[in-house]
Amino acid sequence: MAEQVPFDEAIERYDPVLGLEVHVELNTASKMFCGCSTAFGAPPNTQVCPTCLGLPGSLPVVNERAVESAMRIGLALNCSIAPWSRFARKNYFYPDMPKDFQTSQYDEPIAFEGYLDVAVPGMDDDKPATVRVAIERAHMEEDTGKSTHVGGSTGRIHGADYSLVDYNRAGVPLIEIVTKPIEVEPHLAPSVAKAYVTELRELIVALGVSDAHMHQGSMRVDANVSLKPRGASTLGTRTETKNVNSMRSVERAVRYEVERQAAVLDVKGKVIQETRHFHESDGSTTSGRSKEEAEDYRYFPEPDLVPVAPSEDTIEALRKELPEPPLQRRQRLREEWGISQHEMQSLLNAGGLEMVEATIALGTDQANARKWWTGELARHANERGVTLAELPVTAEHVARLVELTNDGSLNDKLARQVIDGVMAGEGGPDDVVKARGLAVVSDDGPLLAAIDIALADQPDVAEKIRAGKVQAAGAIVGAVMKATAGQADAARVRELVLERLAP
Amino acid sequence: MAKELTRWTASEMAQAVAAGEVSALEITDAHLERISDVDTDLHAFLHVDADGARAAAQTVDQLRAKGQLPSPLAGVPLALKDVFATEGIPTTCGSKILQGWRPPYDATVTRRLKDAGVVILGKTNMDEFAMGSSTENSAYGPTRNPWDYDRIPGGSSGGSSAAVASYEAPLAIGTDTGGSIRQPAAVTGIVGVKPTYGGVSRFGLVAFSSSLDQGGPFARNVLDAALLHSVIAGKDPRDATSIDAPVPDVVAAAKGEMGDIKGLRVGVVTELQGDGYQPGVLARFEEIVELLKSLGAEIVTVSCPAFEYALPAYYLIAPSECSSNLARFDGMRYGLRAGDDGNNSVEEVMSLTRAEGFGDEVKRRIMLGTYALSAGYYDAFYGQAQKVRTLISRDFERAYREVDVLISPTTPTVAFPIGERVDDPVAMYKADLATLPSSLYGGPALSLPAGLGDADLPVGVQLMAPVQRDDLIYRVAASIETALLDKWGGPLLDQLPLDAAGSVAQGVSHGG
Repeated sequence: MAEQVPFDEAIERYDPVLGLEVHVELNTASKMFCGCSTAFGAPPNTQVCPTCLGLPGSLPVVNERAVESAMRIGLALNCSIAPWSRFARKNYFYPDMPKDFQTSQYDEPIAFEGYLDVAVPGMDDDKPATVRVAIERAHMEEDTGKSTHVGGSTGRIHGADYSLVDYNRAGVPLIEIVTKPIEVEPHLAPSVAKAYVTELRELIVALGVSDAHMHQGSMRVDANVSLKPRGASTLGTRTETKNVNSMRSVERAVRYEVERQAAVLDVKGKVIQETRHFHESDGSTTSGRSKEEAEDYRYFPEPDLVPVAPSEDTIEALRKELPEPPLQRRQRLREEWGISQHEMQSLLNAGGLEMVEATIALGTDQANARKWWTGELARHANERGVTLAELPVTAEHVARLVELTNDGSLNDKLARQVIDGVMAGEGGPDDVVKARGLAVVSDDGPLLAAIDIALADQPDVAEKIRAGKVQAAGAIVGAVMKATAGQADAARVRELVLERLAP
Repeated sequence: MAKELTRWTASEMAQAVAAGEVSALEITDAHLERISDVDTDLHAFLHVDADGARAAAQTVDQLRAKGQLPSPLAGVPLALKDVFATEGIPTTCGSKILQGWRPPYDATVTRRLKDAGVVILGKTNMDEFAMGSSTENSAYGPTRNPWDYDRIPGGSSGGSSAAVASYEAPLAIGTDTGGSIRQPAAVTGIVGVKPTYGGVSRFGLVAFSSSLDQGGPFARNVLDAALLHSVIAGKDPRDATSIDAPVPDVVAAAKGEMGDIKGLRVGVVTELQGDGYQPGVLARFEEIVELLKSLGAEIVTVSCPAFEYALPAYYLIAPSECSSNLARFDGMRYGLRAGDDGNNSVEEVMSLTRAEGFGDEVKRRIMLGTYALSAGYYDAFYGQAQKVRTLISRDFERAYREVDVLISPTTPTVAFPIGERVDDPVAMYKADLATLPSSLYGGPALSLPAGLGDADLPVGVQLMAPVQRDDLIYRVAASIETALLDKWGGPLLDQLPLDAAGSVAQGVSHGG
């Protein structure tokens, strides 16, 4: 039997149903239940204490900042915030889990019943399809330690010669965000999965609660996929593809599972309920642990912690401080600036939305603000391998630069030299202009002198202009610009040349 | 000296140290000597930290010289139950699985004792992970009852009760989950208190059942218990369940400064007497009730019907929590590791470690709890037990609308012979019949010597009060104690045959 059915063929016969579980590692300074640092990349087992090592007798205490972040995420996802919620213990044995239970939330999550609107690209350019993804819950839990299995061929615990465990990550606060089943037009399923994760990531970043670096694992996605025969109402058996670590991988993993499960169902086979591993190299998934042999987690309320019971006032105060939802913000800015979806997308791809917005807020027109950030500055950022926000150039610098070009003090070429100066740490635009002596030569005297020299050097060109071939003036203008090291206003030079040779 | 140093009360020792009449080191040495005399047979201690104790005593003596005594118990020796983490000192919880583990940190209770200048002599024996009522479940052998070496000292804090009753220490710390302080205190003729749940930090107390465990004091008199109580109690930011409110003034209550008991309403609980209680136990209990009446208290009979279900509810909740709490003993990070020969998988190593490291009673409870929390059984077992727990709390609250304190025998029987109940878990569990309800409710409860019962062995009476009214039980206990001292001409422990508490050979005379 075929291992996969081409996607377009698969969705002729089956409707995919998705469920996405996203783990977000919060960027709180300390762990969920103790005071240890959460900083990434420290030497193994240096950020640990009796509590996050689960030593006998140790007890957890809830990190209030993490609870606040959880509530902000819940509110931003339009969820209800539970006035009273509890932690629960999820019991299972694994060496990287110090207590052999994970402190999580079970039937009483802090946030529940919400939604996130996501824009699905690739539709009508200026009117992207907006899909509303229903959120089941967002709950708090702690991360596990990190195992490294040494020796053996699989990199997994079985067959390894020995295993090392780093507990620095154990106890780092996580928020798990779970969607309700997502059923969209079948051909959109993979792109909706990607768009949801993209939109969620932007939201998390806008909230400032996590770095949400997928490649560092501070945002991890598990994708649940099932198929049901076209038009059927009962859900099929689902698989859960774990730790899909990029936006593109989410899309690929969903697509692959649709193709794979369709092939199984086509020959009247049974999809096995199991966890699957995604492979970046070829975009495939392979079988992990079967859920049939999965443990019973024996959840029960965590007796070492008291319930989380935020007041109505606290919740409302957090709600008021929420940033504008990213999708809404993008739509608003697009309308305000009058730019196309495509232009907005290139701005987003350059990561320059905030910088452009800040520059406009300083009085710069949107076209100039976008031109500098997505052009010259994006080039510098690329060269340096940093984001626009990380450049030494600020919105204030760009706004001033545009002012100087608008009033004729600088031309584009000089402006680029000013940017070079700012990048080199020579100060703000005014400092660079002053220090480098960059200014458009506005006095006609020196220009006329330069023009006379150029005309004398190129008598044939002068003759042509006199004869009415005005376009020949470019050669004289070019020579004058060269002679003035680019500091002349080219348009003025042209005017003067034509005046000089007027019949 | 008129009286041997080890027979002094804790307050007498502290006062003598403060006055410079005797050094903390002398007191500590006297107790270390006592321990080396009797403990080979008594076996109250799992680990004696002679060097640490002497160093701590010397520190107290230096502070005294500077006029900087840190607390009213500075210089007084104490025996600490081996369930509290002690930095650098073995902490086994009576289990083989933790053999050799030296914690890198101090429990809050340990820290507060040290800060108060209390001298920790060592760690006391206990039923493995505090599961038991006789200390026979210790992986390191049983502790004997100073009143009769062939009998149990109670449990799970039997090492602590035996140490105090045999004058190895004037004070001890135990933990009480279902009666593990009160029952040992009752059967050894001393005072034992389970504070209000949340009154004493559990940080560093190796958990058996998190929603029930509570550390508390043992002493030979009410005031000493109160002094120790006030040293260890109070809000701890490292225990989320610790109460953020002032500690009731138990010392003032024990000193009688909060009034006597005239007009105080005392409730006798119908359900905590009758069938299953020995005649001698009931007789001593009736005498205490009469005594209270004579002291001006108003006696009211109250019924708490849900108490009948305390035992089954407790034996679902405590094992459920323990099945999760004890999961961490998997041989991966500390303690015993079995079967790590390169051929076994990690699951097999965990399984072999737990099979070898845990005793029968611990395994029994882990299995009970695992079953009770399983999918499909949770509602019928754990869920139902929590409902019973709520009903028991309501019975208490209803009773406390009518009375100030409740009273009952502490245990149905006097100390039973070693070995009698080891093969009958349910008979063993029944030792805690009267102590379980207030554990499930969370209110404070105290056991006080009431006299001798069957076989001339100690009987205890239990006083219970509303949550955060620990002062009330001390106040009533102090009144009873004063009256009984008059009646007996001294503490009950004075009736402990000298040979039994004394040298080894005579120790077994009762049972022999």
